[in-house]
Amino acid sequence: MANKISDETMEYVGILAKLRLSDEEKENAKSDMEKMLDYIDTLNELDTTGVEPMSHVFPVNNVFREDIVENGDGSEDTLANAPLKKEQGFKVPKTIG
Amino acid sequence: MAKQYETVIGLEVHVELATKTKIFCSCSTSFGGAPNTHTCPVCTGMPGSLPVLNKQVVEYAIAIGLAANCEITRMCKFDRKNYFYPDNPQNYQISQLYLPIARNGYVEIETGDTKKKVRIHEMHMEEDAGKLVHDEWDDTSIVDYNRSGVPLVEIVSEPDMRSADEVLAYLEKLRLIIQYLGASDCKLQEGSMRADVNLSVREMGSGKLGTRTEMKNLNSFKAIARAIEGERQRQIELLEEGRAVVQETRRWDDNKEYSYAMRSKEDAQDYRYFPEPDLVPIVIDEAWIEKIKMMQPELRDEKLARYKKEYDIPEYDARIITESKRMADIFEKAAAICNNPKKVSNWLMVETLRLLKESGMEPEGIRFSPENLAKLVKLTDSGDINSSVAKQVFVKMFEENIDPESYVKEHGLSTVSDEGELLAVLEQVIADNPQAAADYKNGKEKALGALVGQTMKAMRGKADPGQVNRRLKELLG
Amino acid sequence: MDICSMTALELGKKIQQKEISAVEAVKAALECIEDREPEINSFVTVDAEGALKRAEEVQKSIEEGTIVSPLAGVPVGIKDNMCTKGLLTTCGSKILKNFKPTFTAEAVRNLERAGAVIVGKTNMDEFAMGSTTETSYYGETRNPWNPAHVPGGSSGGSCAAVAAGECTYALGSDTGGSIRQPSSFCGVVGIKPTYGTVSRYGLIAYGSSLDQIGPVGKNVADCAAVLEIIASHDKKDSTSIDRKDYDFTSALVDDVKGMRIGIPRDYFLEGLDCEVKENILNAVKVLEDKGAVVEEFDLSLVQYAIPAYYVIASAEASSNLSRFDGVKYGYRTETYEGLHDMYKKTRSEGFGAEVKRRIMLGSFVLSSGYYDAYYLKALRTKALIKKAFDSAFETYDMIAAPAAPATAPRLGESLSDPLKMYLGDIYTISANLAGLPGISVPVGTDSLGLPIGMQLIGNCFEEKKIIRAAYAYEQTRADAGKGAD
Repeated sequence: MANKISDETMEYVGILAKLRLSDEEKENAKSDMEKMLDYIDTLNELDTTGVEPMSHVFPVNNVFREDIVENGDGSEDTLANAPLKKEQGFKVPKTIG
Repeated sequence: MAKQYETVIGLEVHVELATKTKIFCSCSTSFGGAPNTHTCPVCTGMPGSLPVLNKQVVEYAIAIGLAANCEITRMCKFDRKNYFYPDNPQNYQISQLYLPIARNGYVEIETGDTKKKVRIHEMHMEEDAGKLVHDEWDDTSIVDYNRSGVPLVEIVSEPDMRSADEVLAYLEKLRLIIQYLGASDCKLQEGSMRADVNLSVREMGSGKLGTRTEMKNLNSFKAIARAIEGERQRQIELLEEGRAVVQETRRWDDNKEYSYAMRSKEDAQDYRYFPEPDLVPIVIDEAWIEKIKMMQPELRDEKLARYKKEYDIPEYDARIITESKRMADIFEKAAAICNNPKKVSNWLMVETLRLLKESGMEPEGIRFSPENLAKLVKLTDSGDINSSVAKQVFVKMFEENIDPESYVKEHGLSTVSDEGELLAVLEQVIADNPQAAADYKNGKEKALGALVGQTMKAMRGKADPGQVNRRLKELLG
Repeated sequence: MDICSMTALELGKKIQQKEISAVEAVKAALECIEDREPEINSFVTVDAEGALKRAEEVQKSIEEGTIVSPLAGVPVGIKDNMCTKGLLTTCGSKILKNFKPTFTAEAVRNLERAGAVIVGKTNMDEFAMGSTTETSYYGETRNPWNPAHVPGGSSGGSCAAVAAGECTYALGSDTGGSIRQPSSFCGVVGIKPTYGTVSRYGLIAYGSSLDQIGPVGKNVADCAAVLEIIASHDKKDSTSIDRKDYDFTSALVDDVKGMRIGIPRDYFLEGLDCEVKENILNAVKVLEDKGAVVEEFDLSLVQYAIPAYYVIASAEASSNLSRFDGVKYGYRTETYEGLHDMYKKTRSEGFGAEVKRRIMLGSFVLSSGYYDAYYLKALRTKALIKKAFDSAFETYDMIAAPAAPATAPRLGESLSDPLKMYLGDIYTISANLAGLPGISVPVGTDSLGLPIGMQLIGNCFEEKKIIRAAYAYEQTRADAGKGAD
């Protein structure tokens, strides 16, 4: 079964991933994605009925920290790499119109 | 005949937990630091940083879940909720979708004389976002991550509420439960408790739910009530015009009393949840739950029932006092020390409420200690100070939590019990006010008041007015 | 005395014995870098000044006796996806072209505590996505054995640098074979430890559930010594495991008698280059001659590892890489109109083609309506693959396999067909899905003179077995640890 990815889907995924592809990139990405999905679809040959999805490979549970303040003023390090900053904050285009 | 509509409301309530540190790093959660001072690589999404879960967050969440009659999920996990926004430093929020910590609970609410259960669908733990400050001048926003990573629980109700009154009763109920647990201070104004309202309308009697909208940005009880009324009207008007309600998120503007759709093409609301690979599952066994149950303090409903049994105070007073954990704590302790619950209750119900109202404070912000209130009650019980002095001392105590005993001593406010001194003053007052004395003797009862006032003035308030009254009558009689 | 051709343990010993100073060692490495870099381009950043200063400090500590580690003063290269405080860390991407971390990765800190001297940050496929080190924004790395060929990837810079003698050993990271495959292509030894053995704190994530840091060295002993230093239980990494058996050098024993080695038939079928196949089977024979018990068996599910991997890795990557948005660090586009335009332009200009491809795929498989069909299906497949390995390790101490289907391809040959490139990961990917340790050890060269590596995969937490077998095999080779000249 060959997967077909529509332009709308590419547009939609671009919104989710915050990527804007050029027309050429888009065509390539579309055909790459179709091929990959065809390949991924081979997983359907495998009967996984009743198999628990495994997100963690080892049964390690309950890793916690105690509720103790250890960090001091981190603002200098936090802002050290900021592309644009203002008044000790990160400056971004206005978020609410 | 006009159609009758029913409003169907469900709530998503976010509560900031009262932990000392953030959910995934050991930065402080305290308010008021300069921007980005309470931050580290973890809560600012620095490349290479990893989260480690604060155990206290889980314990508070379990406690709230138990108090809200939920089933605790024995193996729960965190998931990532993916969306881009500058207040969300990783552009994903660590939350819980597939296996939230608690499910299937309820709380009982009362509106007027009717009681009902509001079911809780689920409750999950997640991290709060940072804060955006908008700069109108240069069209930018400034991001501050001090709140980023502060632990939240989100409590999602079933659509069981039918009116703003029920919604407010439900919120009040949650606030009381959580405050009593000490899991959050639940201040709506300061944002430590926030509610999103899911609302739909349907024709009365219809069994089918209408299309709902979700309203955000509700930061006071009044705003919630207004937003519910506004959204209800808007939806009914749409339906009356034969148009459809669109399922969407709307932002309530409390100044304009109108909500606006937050829809945008860039805002696909497809969160691509998947299990958080950087955190391991949480396994909650019976022993852990039992331990938390053991540590669970008496909750409001239990306390109210006990007050009715133990203390001889009006039910109304018991309700008001137990509406605040702080007030109830002060009441019980002070009553135990001075052994006069009725007087303690009076101080709380009258003077305390008056001063709170005057200064715009919440009961949780009361500064005086139960020990000092108990001392004040003792001072009045023994007649060491009279009631007007007591009120004066109380104001001081309310403001600065002074010790009433030493305050009275320092300022010489105690009632003079030296009969000799009082008698001397009385004789002087009668001598100085012959007209008033004569009037009284001639049957003008009112004249006595003037003499009492003069005496109290001369005694600088330190006399017991009853005693003065009695003595004057003797002298003039 | 050619410092650059010494192994890390040899050099470390001479430094401890004051025959060579840490400063001399780092100077030799820097000279070699100056000599070889124009051709090989193993490094994104060479920190000559910092390395010399650090070498002086380390030398002082050695003389004072405060650092006694066997690798103190030995020059090391760090893959450029591990945070190093104050030192440029790019992940091979334009989007981090100006990023100087404010903290150092835990594995690197462990090295620093043992007196390591970092000479620079090694080149890599952008965000570790690739098998050739050609997707780096900072130019491709070339194979020191033949510069017309790729070094493999994504830790191609680390492996090429060690093979060329530019540093004595290096750290790499392995998400789907990124240490083992380039080690094989460059004729060096690389270990991917059991998931959770080396802290991921400070490793810029690609696929969080699959990533592990590991050593790249000239021989097995060096790798064991480095792993012993970098492995630790780190409270900052919730998936870090408290193992207590970090003495990996204790496994450097030339004895494989009675060890059971399984050869998965499925790994030696079509698609495997015959020279590679022959060399590996010969190497296995050497182990058999030394007393190991060798048996063929059916591993099953082999063909499903790659599709499952690409779903899981791309999904995690799409989320892990969303933090690169021009707000907090790294590149931000010059001009934009509003927030979302800023995001899109920054990311579209900042990421290369392969990274964008995987982010798109990852976002798609997680999007509404596809999660169950793709993501959950992949996690179920992963569970079955883990089970297949569990049952193999009931019978065998380890599995012997190729590290790659062929030797290093020529530059530019792989990128044209992504799917074909992905298929090259077939022998390495399963170990990441199942969290297992793997080692790649050189077993010979093909007719072009390009190195071939044998991969040994062990059961989880059984690094010592594969180290022991690799070490025993290595003892039979006269050219072990020589590198590319």
